[in-house]
Parts: sequence; structure tokens; C-alpha cells
Amino acid sequence: MNLLFQFLFLLSFLNPGNPAGQGYQPGDKAADFSLKATDGKKYSMADYKKAKGFIIVFTCNSCPFAVKYEDRVNELAKKYTSQGYYLLAINPNDPAVQPADSYDMMKERATEKGFVFPYLFDEGQQVYPQYGATKTPHVFLLDKNRVVKYIGAIDDNADDASMVKEKYLENAIAALEKKMDPTPAVTKAIGCSIKYKK
Amino acid sequence: MKLMPRTFQMVLLFFIGLQTVNSQVMQVFEKFEDLEKKVFKNNDTTYVINFWATWCKPCVKELPYFESFNTSIGDQKIKVILISLDFKNQIKSHLEPFIKKNKYSSEVILLTDNKYNTWLDKVDAEWSGSIPATLLLSGEKKLFAEREFESEEDLSKFVHSFIHSL
Repeated sequence: MNLLFQFLFLLSFLNPGNPAGQGYQPGDKAADFSLKATDGKKYSMADYKKAKGFIIVFTCNSCPFAVKYEDRVNELAKKYTSQGYYLLAINPNDPAVQPADSYDMMKERATEKGFVFPYLFDEGQQVYPQYGATKTPHVFLLDKNRVVKYIGAIDDNADDASMVKEKYLENAIAALEKKMDPTPAVTKAIGCSIKYKK
Repeated sequence: MKLMPRTFQMVLLFFIGLQTVNSQVMQVFEKFEDLEKKVFKNNDTTYVINFWATWCKPCVKELPYFESFNTSIGDQKIKVILISLDFKNQIKSHLEPFIKKNKYSSEVILLTDNKYNTWLDKVDAEWSGSIPATLLLSGEKKLFAEREFESEEDLSKFVHSFIHSL
């Protein structure tokens, strides 16, 4: 019996499937993590004692949609780190399924693009199912108590940063600064499904 | 083998050319609302609507299942529609050559409406936005799956269980 539960428990991680009803909604408290970045160090949100909030970006090397946002993500990190909002990017993909998202390839990408944020590897794929991330890119904005305040897209134009009309994530951070709940608190955009072994 | 008469060759080439042009004909919608009005019809046909893009590997992997499913429909009232969400600036470079190469028998439609947050919910409230994703529509009923299919059989089962539930 015990074995059966262990099996079911494992299965729940192995097959996140459709996230409907699973994962975080705005208002939920997000779990911390300890994940290795491309610099070889492990990062947790608890390390940032004076943080006003966290921008968790599930992203990867291989998804063209994520790639379109790479420079924007880097700019966001540059802009908001000094304001106390720390951006942590997490690659949730299983490199056995998508070799371009291996830890070594992440290191290469981070150097190539000069990422100023920790680019973390969700080794063993334990973190993204907890959050309910389903795709790359997929953003979760947390306040200093790790309460989820915003989930979704960075802005409303993946194709062209210069054509963006609504900066959803930045608007959400601005709301947090005013101690308000962001509206919208959830947005949707197309992205690449997270790669896991079936 | 003797050479074909030149005129015959020309005529043949003309028809082959015509066919290639034909297989490239693809409806393009810039607004989801327009696509919704023209494509998502409320009638007795079951629509199998797949959202994909050439840049999406699992999508490209499962497209042949939709194709072989489409050829197996026969006289059942089922219609397969492949809606590409390719980037506007990759239509000439990626999408058109891909369509030309694969010569799909299913209807291919390009939707370039990148204001995703305004329309993803209209397809299904539970769609987080990852592709591939497939919507089954029949009259007022619908079934949505944000997942990839493993085989034609997998897809066929999904469609037929929906039809039986109607």
C-alpha cells in the first residue's frame, strides 16, 4: 500500500498534464526552491533578505517564443534588481527530451547573452509542477512573502518589443509598489509546452 | 524511355505547377473574431481544430496523425482544421515552405492575431497557452485538450469518444 502511494506521488510529478486546477493562483503562497544556476551556485528566494518581490520566469534556450523574450527578460532584471525585485529564471525542460536545454547549453546561452540574472535548472523537474507552469515563457510575480500576485505573460507582443502596448508584468510590479493587487492578475499567451518524459 | 513531346511536357508541368499553387492556398486571419465567425460553425459537423506552429516541435511531430486521421474520415461529418500560429515574420521563410513540402489534405489556416490574452480564453478558459492544443467542436458542445497526441489512434479515440458523448 505504501508503495502504491509512493508510486502515485511520483506519478503526480512525472505527469503534470493539463494544469487546470493545479498549480498556483494569485493569492497562493509559493514554495521556495534551491536550484543550481549556470554559475554553479544554488539559489533560493530565502537568500534575498531585503527583497520586495520576486519575478520567477520559466524559460528555456530552445523555445522560439522564449528566445523572443530573452533580451526583454535581461532588461527587466537590470531595471528591477536595483528596486528590490529579483528576477530568477528557471529552465523547466528535461534535457533528455530537449537536448538544447541541458545545463551545459544553459551555461553557454547565459554567457552568450550576458544574462544578469541567475539562470536556474529545474533538475529533476520538481519545481515547475508545483507552480503550475505549463509553458515557456511563463511568469510568476511574487511579493516579499512569496505570495503570488501575477501569473502570465511579460507583455502583449511577443513578436516585437517596440509594438508592445501593455507591459503586464511591469504594470503588476507597479501595482505591488502601491500595495495594490495587479489587474489583470492573470494573462495568457502562447508558448512552448514544457518538455518532460512520458 | 522515349522523351515526351515538348508540348505535352509543358502541359504536364503546368498542371503540376497549378497543384502546388493550390496546396499553398491558405486562409489568413488577422483577428480571432473573424476566424471564429467563419470557421467555428455551429452545425452538425464535428470540427477537429489543432493549434500548431512550425517552430513547435511536438506540434510538427503530431501533424501527420491529424493528416492520416483526416484521410480516414470518409463520409463521417468530421472536418480537420490546422490553425498555424506562426510568427508573422516567418510566414515566407518557414510556414509556406513547410506547407508546400507536406501538401496537407486538411484545411490549413494561419491566425496572426498576437493579442493572445484577448482570445485564448475564447477557445477554452483552461488553455494556458502552450501548444500543441486541440479543440473539438460540435454544435454547442466542445472538448479541449492542451496536449500532444501519441498516435493517430490516440487522436481518433479522443475524437470518437467526444462524438459518442454528444
